[in-house]
Amino acid sequence: MTAIADPPRWRVNASRFRAAHEADWAELDRIVTLIERKSVRALDDDALLALPVLYRTTLSSLSVARETSLDRALTRYLEQLCTRAYFQIYGVPGRIWRQIADFFVEGWPMAVRALWRETIAALLLTLAGTWAGYLLVRHDPAWFYGIIPGGLADGRDPAASAASLQKMLYSGAHGPLVTMATALFTHNAQIAIFAFALGFAFGVPTALLLLYNGLMLGAFVAIYAAKGLGFAFGGWVLIHGTTELSAIILAGAAGFRIGHAIAFPGRLSRSGSAVAAGRTTGMVVVGVVLMLLVAGLLEGIGRQTILVDSERYAVAGTVLAGWLTYFYLPRGRRAKA
Amino acid sequence: MRKPKAATSLRRPFVTPEGVSLPLDLGGAGERAAAFLIDVILLVAMLIAMSVVLGLMMRGTAKGESEEAIGIVWLLGFFLLRNFWFAAFEIGRRGCTPGKRLLGLRVIARNGARLTGGAVIVRNAMREIEIFLPLSFLGVQAANGLADRFLTIFALAWTGIFLLFPLFNRDRLRIGDFFAGTWVVHTMRSDLGSDLAGDPAAALRRSFTPAALDLYGVFELQTLENVLRRGDGDAIATVAGVIQRKAGIAYDPDARAFLTDYYAALCLRLETGLMVGKRRQDKHGRISKTHVVRG
Repeated sequence: MTAIADPPRWRVNASRFRAAHEADWAELDRIVTLIERKSVRALDDDALLALPVLYRTTLSSLSVARETSLDRALTRYLEQLCTRAYFQIYGVPGRIWRQIADFFVEGWPMAVRALWRETIAALLLTLAGTWAGYLLVRHDPAWFYGIIPGGLADGRDPAASAASLQKMLYSGAHGPLVTMATALFTHNAQIAIFAFALGFAFGVPTALLLLYNGLMLGAFVAIYAAKGLGFAFGGWVLIHGTTELSAIILAGAAGFRIGHAIAFPGRLSRSGSAVAAGRTTGMVVVGVVLMLLVAGLLEGIGRQTILVDSERYAVAGTVLAGWLTYFYLPRGRRAKA
Repeated sequence: MRKPKAATSLRRPFVTPEGVSLPLDLGGAGERAAAFLIDVILLVAMLIAMSVVLGLMMRGTAKGESEEAIGIVWLLGFFLLRNFWFAAFEIGRRGCTPGKRLLGLRVIARNGARLTGGAVIVRNAMREIEIFLPLSFLGVQAANGLADRFLTIFALAWTGIFLLFPLFNRDRLRIGDFFAGTWVVHTMRSDLGSDLAGDPAAALRRSFTPAALDLYGVFELQTLENVLRRGDGDAIATVAGVIQRKAGIAYDPDARAFLTDYYAALCLRLETGLMVGKRRQDKHGRISKTHVVRG
């Protein structure tokens, strides 16, 4: 009889507050724990609908508790519960497939276009390096040994005969194709990521890497051109080179953007400018790795099986045209529903 | 001082879109290094396991083939793990690698927005210059012997700047965090402890004079709460003894019950003050006016 008429008479406000809202907090705690342990898909519809409401209720409980309660365990519990709920509601990445689709449709080409100035700079540096390497080796073949590390030359040096040089261009498979493609891909991708990360030092190491890359290319061109094999060498290098060089130039461009953001933040704060640059260049770097994967396949497999110069040039041109179209062809903005 | 400085300096306020400030505890440099080490160990263990399994599977086939397969696994596996192990985990809902998870850390965006895949990739691509550049310098120098000691020292010092970058800024940001706009925080969870002042019978058991309750303020109340929740018998007896001596109360054999009742009474008194806008911060009696009064 007295059980209903006589509720427990709490003396402290915090106790009343706890009793009134504890069920809501426990429910939010249960839902958030479920999401953390499993996934958001583990929730039924009711829980999904309740989540934002419970979150706001708990947030307002926290505000009240901070002002009226002296129970520290209570405020700490509410703070941590709200933080956990916040990150499950606002802070998680979007759906992974959605992110991947957005990356290919919009993110990657837009990021590449945003780097057009840096891309031109990186392209010019590579060309300058190539030109310099060509002139140096042409003028004095001894330069070749200064530019190319011994292991990389692999018998292709100014002393090699035209026949042996030619043999290398059309040797076809020497060694397991897949291993070779893999090795080329991982090596190049690592260098590209490196070139990007080095942009942090104001872009100077990135510029040096690009120049050196050009120098090596130019040095090889020089020894082949001297034997009258320039055209054949072009096909040999460009079949994957159009993709690989574009990728390295883009990686360098991303590095320049990073360095530029640090050195000249403009109107933004230095860290704000770094974050903006990071957002753009991150997309480009992922793209570069993908491009190098394509290049590795073209080099390891395509080049070993396609042995005719004109076909090699055709593949090179097609692939390059494909990349350029994908990156730079103006396209209408997708209509937003 | 009340709190050790190191503990407060890694706490960052963070305001939700609803306008409530939530505290975030940043991960310390030591914890993060430990998490990284755990991940590296897992990574190497996985590579070795993969090679062993492949080696066993390939035992029947020709020698060249199995060597090729293992070669590819190593090349590709090493590349993928080195560059994407961290990113793949951090893109997930938990925002942490296994190592971070073990240490209770997660990656979040500094502005509180969604953590994007791009940000995660950037923060991990930057690891190239933070970890692998110093390592490769060490490797090259070790391979060449002590050819140029000065150059080695210079290179190590230069790369050390990247490696030790987190120690040079307040937020313990790696270079990767700096560019990605992320930081690493503790994933906290605590239980809602029992309601210490919730027993309606407390007032019937023991009553305290106003003078005995005027001894302390909010800070002491919350310290008392900590002592009670921790439940260490010696500490409770000591604290109870001090309070009894100061308040001139006779010795009470049940220290825990005494302290609980004293806590409830003190809490009620201070909370009543709070309701009329008087917040007594500590025993020195500083009173700060609160702006919001709710009943």
